[in-house]
Amino acid sequence: MKVSFRLNGETRSIESAPLDRLLDVLRRDLGLTAAKEGCGEGECGACSVFLDGVLVCSCLVPMAQVRGRSVETLEALTRPGAPLHPLQRLLIETDGSQCGFCSPGMIMAGVDYMRRLARGEVEDDHEARLRAIAGNICRCTGYTKIVEAIDRAIEEAGP
Amino acid sequence: MTERAMRLVGNRPPQVQARERVTGEAQYVDDLAIPGLWHGVTLRSPIARGRIVEIEPDPDFDWSRVVLVDARDLPGRNVLPLILDDQPVLAEREIRHPFEPVMLIAAPDRALALEARNRLNLRYEAKPIAVEISDALEARVKVFGEDNVFKQIDIAKGDLEAGFAAATIELERDFWTGPQEQLYMEPQGMIAAWEGDQLVLRGSLQCPYYVQAAARAVFGLEPEQVRVIACELGGGFGGKEEYPSLLAVHAALLARKAGRPVKMVYDRAEDMQATTKRHPSQTRIRAGIDAEGRLTALAVDLVLDGGAYCTLSPVVLSRAVLHAGSAYACPNVAVRGRVVATNTPPNGAFRGFGAPQALFAMETMMDLLARAAGLDPLEMRRRNALRAGDETSTGQVLEQAAAADVLERAAEAADFRARRELYDRPQTGSIRRGIGLSLIMHGCGFTGAGESRLKGRLTLDLDARGEQLLVQVRTGSTDMGQGMRTTFKQLAAEILGLELDEVEVAAQDTALVPDSGPTVASRTLMIVGGLVARAARQALTSLGLEEGAGAEALRLALAGRGRLEIEEVHEPPATLFDEDHYRGQAYPSWGYACTICEVEVDMTTFEPRIVDVVTCQDVGRAIHPGIVEGQIQGGIAQGLGYAAFEEVQMHDGAMVNANFNRYIVPTAMDLPPIRVLLHESGQGAGPFGAKGIGEMPVDGAAPAYVSALAQALRTSFRELPVTPEAIAESFLRPRPGKADA
Repeated sequence: MKVSFRLNGETRSIESAPLDRLLDVLRRDLGLTAAKEGCGEGECGACSVFLDGVLVCSCLVPMAQVRGRSVETLEALTRPGAPLHPLQRLLIETDGSQCGFCSPGMIMAGVDYMRRLARGEVEDDHEARLRAIAGNICRCTGYTKIVEAIDRAIEEAGP
Repeated sequence: MTERAMRLVGNRPPQVQARERVTGEAQYVDDLAIPGLWHGVTLRSPIARGRIVEIEPDPDFDWSRVVLVDARDLPGRNVLPLILDDQPVLAEREIRHPFEPVMLIAAPDRALALEARNRLNLRYEAKPIAVEISDALEARVKVFGEDNVFKQIDIAKGDLEAGFAAATIELERDFWTGPQEQLYMEPQGMIAAWEGDQLVLRGSLQCPYYVQAAARAVFGLEPEQVRVIACELGGGFGGKEEYPSLLAVHAALLARKAGRPVKMVYDRAEDMQATTKRHPSQTRIRAGIDAEGRLTALAVDLVLDGGAYCTLSPVVLSRAVLHAGSAYACPNVAVRGRVVATNTPPNGAFRGFGAPQALFAMETMMDLLARAAGLDPLEMRRRNALRAGDETSTGQVLEQAAAADVLERAAEAADFRARRELYDRPQTGSIRRGIGLSLIMHGCGFTGAGESRLKGRLTLDLDARGEQLLVQVRTGSTDMGQGMRTTFKQLAAEILGLELDEVEVAAQDTALVPDSGPTVASRTLMIVGGLVARAARQALTSLGLEEGAGAEALRLALAGRGRLEIEEVHEPPATLFDEDHYRGQAYPSWGYACTICEVEVDMTTFEPRIVDVVTCQDVGRAIHPGIVEGQIQGGIAQGLGYAAFEEVQMHDGAMVNANFNRYIVPTAMDLPPIRVLLHESGQGAGPFGAKGIGEMPVDGAAPAYVSALAQALRTSFRELPVTPEAIAESFLRPRPGKADA
């Protein structure tokens, strides 16, 4: 079937089976490999993308659901050579990315929280910040430095 | 030698490839686009032990679209070479563990390969199985030899019976630990391509030269005919030490038969079911202390479950027995270690490598001894901590021992004594609290005479032929997130007097870099980083320059010859450690760590919560403190997972909870900020006094957690993991012998 959707701000139209996973289409057909497959069942968060602005695990999204909608991946956050998103920069500064495999999904989850915060949709506290990334498994860092990066990014963004 | 102020060592520069990692540009093996690539999958045994009768292909399937490989496709012996050469590349007739690879399938797309696998009917005859350590020791089912023992190691020091005679308190207790899954976020993956008569392997792997050696042996190739490239590595933790050799050979067999590149990437369930795990263990400790609470005698009998094939188990056992006494002085010691064979998938390398099992048992025993002696856990350790000049169980005299230092610093930072006393008072209400500590030591680098055999090599290349001075470090050590590339750049740039971006670390490609030995055993910074420092100093000496000379001076000095290549080899004398009697210097350096954990338990749900973690670790010297803190925090998180969450549920030798929602690892909500104090004694065997730090943080987390839990609940736990279910069970259905004092 033909699926037309918005991808990182551009309209795309591709041939795809209805049950093809969005993750495979992004990685295999469109060459966007920032989203990773860590588990394939929506438990680890490494494949996180935005679908109509909502954070989803792209391994759980069949292409039939993507038709006419808008997909945003980590690639859209920073164009090559452009300055990084503050959370990306702070993840580097705090050494909050070790092997890096969870980092794309972790950043999407952190950015999702910061956007919801800016829209006034969340009651911001330490617990809420932890909950925002609790669906993203990191096996390297113990999360301490990732949480520090998120705290600093929110602080920088100001009230 | 006068101390020069350091420009780069001790700083926190942004890590190499950090930008690529946070933008998603970093190329992991499954991110590579290779034209004409086929996809490979594996047909595995559904049973733990038996005989393959026949593999029937479904006659209604079009087999011309796929390629099948079985043991008959091997060009030579059906053996994956390692320590014992007992593991077949593909099972031929006998099946020895669940998920053992039997056949390989490649197809233009993965879905077709999986469909073909479903159309193969493996018929078998099942045989009786041995899946527990107790089954292996009974040896009614023989998995390996006559007694199922892959390896036994004994350590003896002093006079054990005299030691027990001098004791005023004697205790004997048993301890158990379960398997643990490495759970690197990136599953195992490999791409094999035959280019002419050269085999090119790209993969997620810790040890390029291990993979090269395995492929050479299986296909009968010369070193230059097997090129191994480590891609950006999505975590390893030991799980990508030996296993990638098997995967590489599988992918290469398919690629050879298909006549095109083949990629094999495991899905998560397959990765958890089929690949190696931390060895389960059972340990009996008999210990005596005198009236002052000092150890007089220690007898440890430790058994590890190696699984169906030997893999690296003898080396894991070696580290386990060498860590059996933890960080304590004891004049009379006897350790017997055995690793046995069972019909489970082979266990293998996992960060800590035998030490966490042994140290959980000994540290928990120290708490039990303290309780029996009426001492608190801190005081018990103060009285027994190893000090400079003391001797380990193998008779290694310690020139430096920071055990007491890290103990006191951590205890002070956590306010241990006051909190321990507070929680010792009667507790009522629905939340119970406890605080516990552990004190451990971890041997840095390969065990015993291992380094003498490895002879790790490294090349430093200085090239002034162009406009720019090019300085390149060439090493076969890999960067799996532990920051090798950044740390090595800091070392070379510090000594040569360059900026960080004036040094590059070559890609981990066997066509470009020498064999630095495997990236394991907390040896990369200490041993291979030591070679970086030596090579840089050697370069300066041969150019007649002083340390910190700088780019201009190096360019001028190189003007005549253009280029200078320095090769360094690590060749310690093999005589430092006697492997036959387990006497002598087991490790060039020992690191010391005290970890303190505070917990609270909801008595309605038996749900524990980790409230605070403080640790002080003797790292020798932190070349990059951000990397070192990250290693410590991540290692402690893994150790707390081992203690509190991570339960591998086995049925007939097979893992049955092989996914993220039933095998639970800590999330951000499960852990408090992990507070790290770096103890920089500057006395490690590595560059600038650094010690290896990769594994030590895992060791002490589980005993500290269990110690805290034991105080909160006024009991003790001697089996890992202690899940909420295990806590509930200890109250509702106490099992004699497993959760008493």
